[in-house]
Amino acid sequence: MKAFTNGLLRENPVLVLMIGLCPLLAVSSSAINALGMGIATTFVLAFSNLVISSLRKLIPEDLRIPVFIIVISTFVTITDYVMAAYFPPLYRALGVFVPLIVVNCIILGRAEAFAYGNRAIHSLLDGAGMGLGFTLVIVIIGIIREVLGNGTIFGSSRFIVHPGLIMILPPGGFITIGLLMGILNWSKHRRK
Amino acid sequence: MEEISLFGIFFSALLINNILLIRFIGLCSFFGVSRQMEVSLGMSMAVIFVMTISSAVTWILYHFILLPLNLEFLKISTFILVIAALVQLEELFMKRYIYQLYRALGIYLPLVTTNCAILAVAFLHVDYNYSFIQTVIYSLGVSLGYTVAIMVFTGIRMRLEIAPIPAPLKGYPTAFFIAALMSLAFLGFKGLFGL
Repeated sequence: MKAFTNGLLRENPVLVLMIGLCPLLAVSSSAINALGMGIATTFVLAFSNLVISSLRKLIPEDLRIPVFIIVISTFVTITDYVMAAYFPPLYRALGVFVPLIVVNCIILGRAEAFAYGNRAIHSLLDGAGMGLGFTLVIVIIGIIREVLGNGTIFGSSRFIVHPGLIMILPPGGFITIGLLMGILNWSKHRRK
Repeated sequence: MEEISLFGIFFSALLINNILLIRFIGLCSFFGVSRQMEVSLGMSMAVIFVMTISSAVTWILYHFILLPLNLEFLKISTFILVIAALVQLEELFMKRYIYQLYRALGIYLPLVTTNCAILAVAFLHVDYNYSFIQTVIYSLGVSLGYTVAIMVFTGIRMRLEIAPIPAPLKGYPTAFFIAALMSLAFLGFKGLFGL
């Protein structure tokens, strides 16, 4: 259980470890895209952790990185094709960022740091926890940007009359995450 | 997709769709290595070098091997392995024949493998259905755009090191605000040359 909750807050991959930034900014222009990306990443993370951890006694140490990459890219390919078949609008919105899950540093990082040295079931939970931590942050950013930039949440009817388009455009992503980090740092400073 | 001139492809990749500031690809290195000018220059050189070669190689691989054999679904696995192997090969080759360049790029080359921009360009030229020449011009444009953005960003960050900034905003938050302003500036290139 501890393996699962670690990733959610205390070792949150994005806010604490500062990795996996590209998808975080690129696909968070609306809450629904952010949720799609989060679920896809969680799926890949959890199952590649599971497979790598089950095979860890068979993988020679010198060859572990190429093997990790092949396992991860297999799951990314599955995600890519499933999404293209069942969720075409989401697939079009996410574009090149679906295949790019393969170079998301969170996934390779967890394979190396956790799955290669722990039992299968723990690794699955660790992957799911880290993935959900990532999903949580990306959805929060998606909601902030969508509310301020388009006046909607998950595509509901518009409740802000004059939204600022800038929040949906690329600069909005940088501003939102910069402010979030600033607020986090500020609350840490105050507690000291 | 309608024909776009090589000129258009180059400038669109360089400025209008700048890979770092507008497309949001390769940001880990953008924030990671942009503390000192020399480091970001070294990284950009390595990116220019590796990106151009690797996108040419992945183009040949995709159009002459994967497509004829109906193996498009292996695209993701092959591209990433090929790029990783290619970086190793380039490193060996440079160590043997162009030692000066090897000395200059040395430590940045392995880092480039994990730079998602390289892999992204490999997928994007497949998506856009570019010809071989278009692919090479496109990757040149993208990598030069990377260089421009990261050099300017490093310059601004170095100046701000000594500025009086409220403690909670020091470091990464400020870097994000700078990036936001630069991205706003690059949005202004939209519509340049009618693109």
